Amino acid sequence: MSQPDDFGFNEEAALLKSSAAKFFSEHFSADKLHALVAQDPSPDRAPTVQWDQALWQQMVDLGWTLLAVPEEQGGVGMPLVGVAGLAEELGKAAFPCPLLATLAASYVLTACGEQGHGALADIVNGETATLALSNATGSWSPADTNVVAEAGRLNGTACFVQDAGKVSRLLVCARSQQSLELYWVAANAAGVQLQQDAILDLTRDQAHIEFRDVEAQLVSGAAQDAMDAALPAIWTLLAADMVGAGEWQLQTTVDYVKQRQQFDHPLGFFQAVKHPLVNVMIAIDQAKSLVFNAACAVDCEPEKARQYAHMAKASASDMAVFASSRSVQCHGGIGFTWECYVHLFFKRQKHSEMLWGNAAWHRARLAEILIDAAA
Amino acid sequence: MADKQIQDTPEQAAFREQARAWLADNRPGDPPVRLPQSALEIMTQEQLAYLQAWQKSACDAGLVGCDYPVEVGGGGKTDCQRVANEEMLRARTPYFPNIIGLGMAAPTVFYHGQDALKQRLLPRLFSGEDIWCQGFSEPGAGSDLASVQTFAERKGDKWVINGHKVWTSLAHFAEWMILLLRTDKSHKYDGLSYFVVPIRSALGKGVTVRPLIKMTGETGFNEVIFEDLEVDDAFRLDELGKGWQVAMTTLAHERGAGQLVTPRAGGMTNKSSHITTASALVRLAQATASDGATAADDPLLRDRMMQQFIREAGLAANQRRARVPALQDNPMRLSLQNKLLMSEIAQDTAGLAMDIQGAASSLYLGDPNAPAGGQWPMAYMNSFGFTIAAGTSEVQRNILGERVLGMAKSK
Ligand SMILES: Cc1cc2nc3c(=O)[nH]c(=O)nc-3n(C[C@H](O)[C@H](O)[C@H](O)COP(=O)(O)OP(=O)(O)OC[C@H]3O[C@@H](n4cnc5c(N)ncnc54)[C@H](O)[C@@H]3O)c2cc1C
Repeated sequence: MSQPDDFGFNEEAALLKSSAAKFFSEHFSADKLHALVAQDPSPDRAPTVQWDQALWQQMVDLGWTLLAVPEEQGGVGMPLVGVAGLAEELGKAAFPCPLLATLAASYVLTACGEQGHGALADIVNGETATLALSNATGSWSPADTNVVAEAGRLNGTACFVQDAGKVSRLLVCARSQQSLELYWVAANAAGVQLQQDAILDLTRDQAHIEFRDVEAQLVSGAAQDAMDAALPAIWTLLAADMVGAGEWQLQTTVDYVKQRQQFDHPLGFFQAVKHPLVNVMIAIDQAKSLVFNAACAVDCEPEKARQYAHMAKASASDMAVFASSRSVQCHGGIGFTWECYVHLFFKRQKHSEMLWGNAAWHRARLAEILIDAAA
Repeated sequence: MADKQIQDTPEQAAFREQARAWLADNRPGDPPVRLPQSALEIMTQEQLAYLQAWQKSACDAGLVGCDYPVEVGGGGKTDCQRVANEEMLRARTPYFPNIIGLGMAAPTVFYHGQDALKQRLLPRLFSGEDIWCQGFSEPGAGSDLASVQTFAERKGDKWVINGHKVWTSLAHFAEWMILLLRTDKSHKYDGLSYFVVPIRSALGKGVTVRPLIKMTGETGFNEVIFEDLEVDDAFRLDELGKGWQVAMTTLAHERGAGQLVTPRAGGMTNKSSHITTASALVRLAQATASDGATAADDPLLRDRMMQQFIREAGLAANQRRARVPALQDNPMRLSLQNKLLMSEIAQDTAGLAMDIQGAASSLYLGDPNAPAGGQWPMAYMNSFGFTIAAGTSEVQRNILGERVLGMAKSK
């Protein structure tokens, strides 16, 4: 199979992207974000889950949580290039919500085949979900799960669970005697103990979740296969979110260096400011192009999806670090304050960078494909 | 890579099929002499003759100037040069020798020349029978191009030109030059005018071309001295004092950001040519022994090779995205990055190749033991030609920062 030259980014995809951009610019400015999540600057603040549930409900009503559910299961079945456009706008707003988590769970469930249909129906009916698979060392490999399944009951702890405090369902990876399996559990089921982590990123929440003899519904006996099938889409959407956040960082910083004067010139006149910001733009564009290339591969060229998704997430991760560093540095003293919004995106990008593997990890996996497999 | 055919218009699809069939039968055989890495380093008549014959045959087959009107020797097609280029690259052909003509002179003459001039000049430019060169840079005017001092003084309906151009690629073979000069000393920008000048016929009669030797040891660029050269007013492009605007057309095309797609061939691999790509790095690393294993097992080299793969894929995806309006907010943003990215990626790839080779990267063309015939060190050095020529990387970053991001103009 092969990719269409325009990534298959059709009118529907363009419409979704532009309406998402409009939605966030109308309803969720950076002022609002700051007012919502940055009330308490104390470094040792207790973890809380801060989000605008009314606005989230509007997003659910728009059908955005159903985009990754196949049409046969009552969803929209939007091609990934279209969903990636939405994820980019979401990242630009840094809107705290369980959209990426629910989309990720949907891709995994879709890869589970018939056994996943019940859980997908729950998502169609308005439930939201997140993946619970990492262990205490933060491994992203499902095989390293610390949760054990026995006779349909779960025991153990899943760590680094994203947006856990905002979802109603958990998709848990667990090891049984026979195989690596996936289970569907209500977040408030008996025996589920959710402990919020105190994290840097104010735009997300994260938890470790202890399962004590929790009754759960089996959705796959081949967790590794389902995860392998879904991971390229999951990496690509996260990279798209990072691209959007990077663009916010770039535009905000460029606006500032155009207006702030020193030595009788706007800061952007000086090449020690100008050229690094151009490099940020170049890094964003590379990551963005690779995101749509990877998304299109998931849609049209599945044999290349993993390779291109590694490229997208590696590129986005390096970009995120760089865009964040320049956004703070080019703002000077004000950029170092709690008051200035750049720290919100700095922290979100730092979180995204490590999430699902950083740039070096993805390049190492890419080398296995492009060097070892080709040898 | 993506198969572009999915998006072809009926015209493009038919043209692609025709181009592919012709190339299958007519792609030239190996050159009789070592070819340089690009047209900018053509040194000898033998090299030129082989490449000129190839350009002529490609032109006769309709693969050059496809999107120009038929009246000026073009193909009269819509957006088919891109298709021709893709097919020529796919067929791994030699490159075209008339690189300045095709990339810079043709669009400039087309957009700013009188009809008679276009009809006279463009057909022989497309066929490669007339090689062109570009007389922009001077000893005192490089990045600050608008400060050129070469001067044309009016004498009836003629102009008398005096001045000194440098780094003029291919001037040693060129029939024609596109020439930016001054017709008014009192205005920096509005005092500039733009001419096409027949230089070959004027050698020894007002024009002197002297080769300059590059850091690689090759020639390819020259200095060109004008001493009282008389030129007809009919060779002026656009109005007097509009030279800077005309030069912008040249530069936009030179940097891959112009309206017309430049005819581009290449990709031929044999012992005398060289491909600077990340997959070539992997092949090199796998063939290079290092500490009991190969360089392809070294984790640091692996990481750097992957960075090059990612940058290459990113550039290719940029070029696709540049054609999807819904995925960009500023139409210049991607196209103005093209030249900068291409030249810097090639530089880092060639530099990495030398790191992979280790001690053997010290061996140059004259050494029988040099890996890949010493082409990698040469590619590394030549890559600086591309980060300097056509607007240095620093100037490209100024342009991006100012025109795309809107930051204040640097002096
Ligand atoms: C292989 C090759 C082929 C060429 N072929 C041609 C040709 O066919 N015709 C032609 O006309 N010219 C040609 N050139 C010349 C080329 O266009 C110039 O070399 C180039 O524009 C730079 O000018 P310069 O050499 O005077 O360097 P300078 O302008 O003196 O620059 C020196 C250094 O200072 C930096 N610099 C200069 N100004 C700024 C600024 N404002 N901000 C930040 N940094 C700055 C530059 O980036 C560079 O690193 C060629 C050059 C090369 C290397």
